[in-house]
Amino acid sequence: MATALTRKDFVSDQEVRWCPGCGDYAILAQVQKVMPEFGIPRENIVFISGIGCSSRFPYYMNTYGFHTIHGRAPAIATGLKVTRPELDVWVVTGDGDGLSIGGNHLIHCLRRNVDLKILLFNNRIYGLTKGQYSPTSEVGKITKSTPAGSVDYPFNPITVALGAHASFVCRTVDVEQKHLGDMLKRAHAHRGASYIEILQNCNIFNDGAFNELSDKQIKADYQLVLEHGKPLIFGKNRNKGIRMNGQRAEVVELGNGITEKDLVVHDETNLALAFMLANFEPPLPTPIGVFYAVERPTFEEAVNKQLEEAKAKQGPGDLQSLLNRGDTWVVN
Amino acid sequence: MALPPEAAGHAAQSSALGGATRKSGERVESVVIRFAGDSGDGMQLAGMQFTAESALAGNDIATLPDFPAEIRAPAGTIAGVSGFQINFSSDEVFTAGDEPNVLVAMNPAALKANIDDMPPNGVIIIDREAFTEANLKRAGYTSNPLTDHSLDKYQVIQVDVTKLTTRALHDSGLNNRAVFRCRNMFVLGMISWLYQRPIESTIKWLEGRFKRTPELLNANLKALKAGYNYGETTELFTSSYEVPAARIVPGTYRNITGNSATALGFVAAAVKAGRPLFLGSYPITPASDVLHELAGYKNFPVYTFQAEDEIAGVSAAVGAAFGGAIGVTTTSGPGMNLKAEAIGLAVKTELPIVITDIQRAGPSTGMPTKPEQADLLMAMYGRHGESPLPIIAAATPADCFDCAYEAVRIAVKYMTPVILLTDGQLANGAEPWLLPDVNKLPEIKVNFRTDPEGFMPYIRDPETLSRPWAIPGTPGLEHRIGGLSSEDLTGNVSYSPANNELMVRTRARKIAGIAREIPPCQIFGDETGGPLVVVGWGSTFGSIREAVKQLREKGKRVSHIHLRYLNPLPSDLAEKLRRFEKVMVAEMNMGQLLKLIRAEYLIDAIGCNKIQGRPFKVSELTNRITRALEG
Ligand code: SF4
Repeated sequence: MATALTRKDFVSDQEVRWCPGCGDYAILAQVQKVMPEFGIPRENIVFISGIGCSSRFPYYMNTYGFHTIHGRAPAIATGLKVTRPELDVWVVTGDGDGLSIGGNHLIHCLRRNVDLKILLFNNRIYGLTKGQYSPTSEVGKITKSTPAGSVDYPFNPITVALGAHASFVCRTVDVEQKHLGDMLKRAHAHRGASYIEILQNCNIFNDGAFNELSDKQIKADYQLVLEHGKPLIFGKNRNKGIRMNGQRAEVVELGNGITEKDLVVHDETNLALAFMLANFEPPLPTPIGVFYAVERPTFEEAVNKQLEEAKAKQGPGDLQSLLNRGDTWVVN
Repeated sequence: MALPPEAAGHAAQSSALGGATRKSGERVESVVIRFAGDSGDGMQLAGMQFTAESALAGNDIATLPDFPAEIRAPAGTIAGVSGFQINFSSDEVFTAGDEPNVLVAMNPAALKANIDDMPPNGVIIIDREAFTEANLKRAGYTSNPLTDHSLDKYQVIQVDVTKLTTRALHDSGLNNRAVFRCRNMFVLGMISWLYQRPIESTIKWLEGRFKRTPELLNANLKALKAGYNYGETTELFTSSYEVPAARIVPGTYRNITGNSATALGFVAAAVKAGRPLFLGSYPITPASDVLHELAGYKNFPVYTFQAEDEIAGVSAAVGAAFGGAIGVTTTSGPGMNLKAEAIGLAVKTELPIVITDIQRAGPSTGMPTKPEQADLLMAMYGRHGESPLPIIAAATPADCFDCAYEAVRIAVKYMTPVILLTDGQLANGAEPWLLPDVNKLPEIKVNFRTDPEGFMPYIRDPETLSRPWAIPGTPGLEHRIGGLSSEDLTGNVSYSPANNELMVRTRARKIAGIAREIPPCQIFGDETGGPLVVVGWGSTFGSIREAVKQLREKGKRVSHIHLRYLNPLPSDLAEKLRRFEKVMVAEMNMGQLLKLIRAEYLIDAIGCNKIQGRPFKVSELTNRITRALEG
């Protein structure tokens, strides 16, 4: 019955109101496309969002949805997931919502490893409030609130998550539909907090922010697709690779005595490697894919286990004996 | 609750020990004792055990702990003084008492911090050896009060507590420091003898507490018994006193603090609702004990989530409520400010949660361990937009149980956040609690919507105007809610001006409609009206009731109305207030309920206010009321 669902079953009757050309459309389409593959009944799926362009997302999904307040979606989702662990809970947030006003909730829900699928739409700008710089905007960014250029050093969304010891951290791009779909599936299969940074183009206020990664002509030279157990190779002709030179990574060209054996092999369970990859800056390529994925107990499992253990040990709570506990006395 | 000494008007008046003449086992009606010492002296424990003993002796009691503001204040300083006051009586007790009959001061700082509250002829029991030069200096004394005659108007009883405890424990094998920490049990034993309290409950309690450390158990038991025997054999106290059992409603009782009662009220409500309880909370004084207590009730099941901050605490409760749990959060004033936005979300999305504000003295960090009632208007209006919600305030520690329970019942019935107000005095104060029969607690009915036929997120119950509780996991009810203005019935995002007004007004009508089930106001005093009524809410109940009772005994025509429901206010309140020539509103703030009453009813009420982080003394109220009656 659940497997019979199609993409259409996940499309709500609400008119989608993002700006024409916004990267959010592609993300919505891919989420609706992969949803049926999970085989989960619609009623068991919940999308929770904060505030921002991305946070309109739940209205467009024909599942349960909760469009909440700025930055608080991870906290609200935690309360839901802990008490209803059987539900499939997704959080949709953005660079402002998740890394600025709600940064605290995001890192804490990652460290706790609450089994939430967190989609962080990173467009490096405030779209809904019409174009102020965000915590992921580059230094020098000229926006309405920074006419002389931003002086804030930006967050790297991947290292923020790695720093919180998130158990699943990946990056993808709005227009990379197949890759995006793959990442959604990987994230969904992961037990624990799954964090997907989706580089998303805001064509109104920050058009082309990720051009190198989305432009078909050039992207192969700028994008490094991470695959577990495989050497780090990229380039249009797949002739470039990443080699360690002492403790630093460098780009090398394959051939002339340099073979795949000289290259770094990706290992998703290596936190130090994940940090290094996350910090790649030109001339190094920008990695996309799974940086880090490890299994550790989820928060709601651990919490509910304590509840079960208490019940096994003390029996189901008996209200009257709870109230009557301790020193009591009878007045006649 | 407490009948203060001057109310007793008899024996208690003439001697601070509670009786005029020095006969053995003399009967006194009511006694107030304050235990005071350094934070490390265990005065809270001594006070709590004395309370338990008094309760078992059948007295009515009320207590008021007074915690030092600073946890790690240097030993021996005024900032580090911790106090515990208990009023126990053979009559009904409404407050912990204005002035102690007996002050136990374990060091000079404890004496200095409390001496101003002592009445002339009050008894002061001090540990002589603690009055060293160094300790006197730390307390800020320039001369020794034990010798400079500054204490001449009191009955000072000097006891060598330290020496006697040390002697009793000479073969305990404990080091000096550990022996020193048993002084509180020596004092407890001594005072227990003085008022003929049975110490069996304390012995049992010690056995539980030191189950794993037999040497500490033995030492504490020895100190306790040594203190008791010391009272009996020494000439210092020429008599012991007896406070007979009070006439109390029959039933089974236990002692309970307000925070404990709040926790239990939530558990009881969740059990009755047949749903798990979820507490999202961030540690804050004086609310943390509710979190601690609920963390022990996992098997009910109770989820406790120590959140990363106040906002996450309430947000997680909202998320839990969205999923069908009984979502609650607990905090104090500063935390309330932070929770405001999420409470607004619960108002807008009409999800049932209970927000408990255990009020403390503000603004800002203020005096975290001291009570105040200055968050009422914040509870009423402290959110953006039109966001009315029900507000309930507890009157006594035990009443916290009923109020927490009622808050959940209303939240679930009307699909709304509810604010429960208590305060630091109720939170840590204790009184005997008549244990409720769980079968007789009011029904809490949870009706999750399951029928997709005709379902819409904002379709309303015609009577309560509440929307359906449609939780994720229910097939066919998939829907979206959110903070954006939403269309009537469908809940779809809507910017229609008329629709917005309709929704705002509908939610307000829903809350106002709760007044239908609020019981009529009780007038204590002149049912048909008179020259003056005092209106109060929250923890001032005891002081006001006692003051009014005393004045009425003297023939003064003053009445009392206590409000448990602050929003909506009881529908008969205006009419009842108008029966009186004057309305006085007594509260621990600058006049917040006063403003509400004036604004709602155009009644020219007057205020009686105190903002000292301390409850009203009964005598303060009787003075103010007397002046109002004259003026
Ligand atoms: S402002 Fe930018 S991010 Fe927002 S909807 Fe428009 S294009 Fe998309």
